[in-house]
Amino acid sequence: MGIKIKSMKNEDFLDNSTLETLKETGDNFFLTTIDDIVNWGRSNSVWPLTFATSCCGIEMMAAGASRHDFARFGIEVYRASPRQADVLVVAGTIVHKMVPILLRLYDQMADPKYVIAMGACAVSGGPFFYNSYSVLRGVDQVIPVDVYIPGCPPRPEALLYGVMQLQRKIKSKSITNPNEVEEK
Amino acid sequence: MTNDQLKEKISEWVSGIEFPENKQYLEVLVPANSLKKLAELLHNTPETDFDYLISLSGVDYVSHLAVVYHLESTSHKHFLVMKVKTEDRENPNFDTVNEIWRTAEWYEREVFDMFGIKFNNHPDLRRLLMDDDWVGFPLRKDYKDEIKMIER
Repeated sequence: MGIKIKSMKNEDFLDNSTLETLKETGDNFFLTTIDDIVNWGRSNSVWPLTFATSCCGIEMMAAGASRHDFARFGIEVYRASPRQADVLVVAGTIVHKMVPILLRLYDQMADPKYVIAMGACAVSGGPFFYNSYSVLRGVDQVIPVDVYIPGCPPRPEALLYGVMQLQRKIKSKSITNPNEVEEK
Repeated sequence: MTNDQLKEKISEWVSGIEFPENKQYLEVLVPANSLKKLAELLHNTPETDFDYLISLSGVDYVSHLAVVYHLESTSHKHFLVMKVKTEDRENPNFDTVNEIWRTAEWYEREVFDMFGIKFNNHPDLRRLLMDDDWVGFPLRKDYKDEIKMIER
């Protein structure tokens, strides 16, 4: 079963088609239907954590507000508690003093959990924080990241695209091995 | 007081000062040894009455280190920028203005933390923002950190 995301063209994914090849039919065919059902549920109710450290947070709020409204894709409500959140959108600069707090929030989230690095600061340490003693060089230095969204800050459309990519990624996972997507 | 009157007054009080031209505010470059004296006179004389230290900041000009004092008088509504420089990068030190403007206590701690400029007779000169065991002064131009910094 091919993975289709509503209102996105298939050719948009051509440059990034490896995810589908990860989930080619092979072993454990008893579970593939259950996988599809579980992944359908998981990928369509990804609840983000209310966590924004700088201007990317404003774009994230705009993405959640009525014009862009990412609740359309099931990225439903911002949860104030990490216990109830599925995705941690790292929206903004992470300084070294913020790292322990970020790690604690990530650790408090229940599995399955996903991380989106939004904006240049979270991706790589920022477009203008060169020669800075205080800024972390990308959030992937401390926590595993699923989707990177470049931009400074990315427009809400870019966040929507990144969230759709995350949904695709979630759909390619299996409940037998939830944290790893193995190449077959 | 107008800027010209201020200039005249300051030139009477201390020698060896300079007034750089074409600045936004009246600016005065003070030798380090007469900094304390000038600050006290500016604060205590009723005609000048600089009762408000807006900010105190450190600057690294590579060739020298400087401390910049932005002063305002809330009664006369006039401004003055006071600068003091040193070429000693190993052990730079100036007199504290903490007992003249109490707000300088934490400003000077911050300047010490970021630039390593010491303030003589400061009551509690510790690091303000960085950890106590931090090595080096991060806002200096020659500060290096191989792990944390992206060089450019």
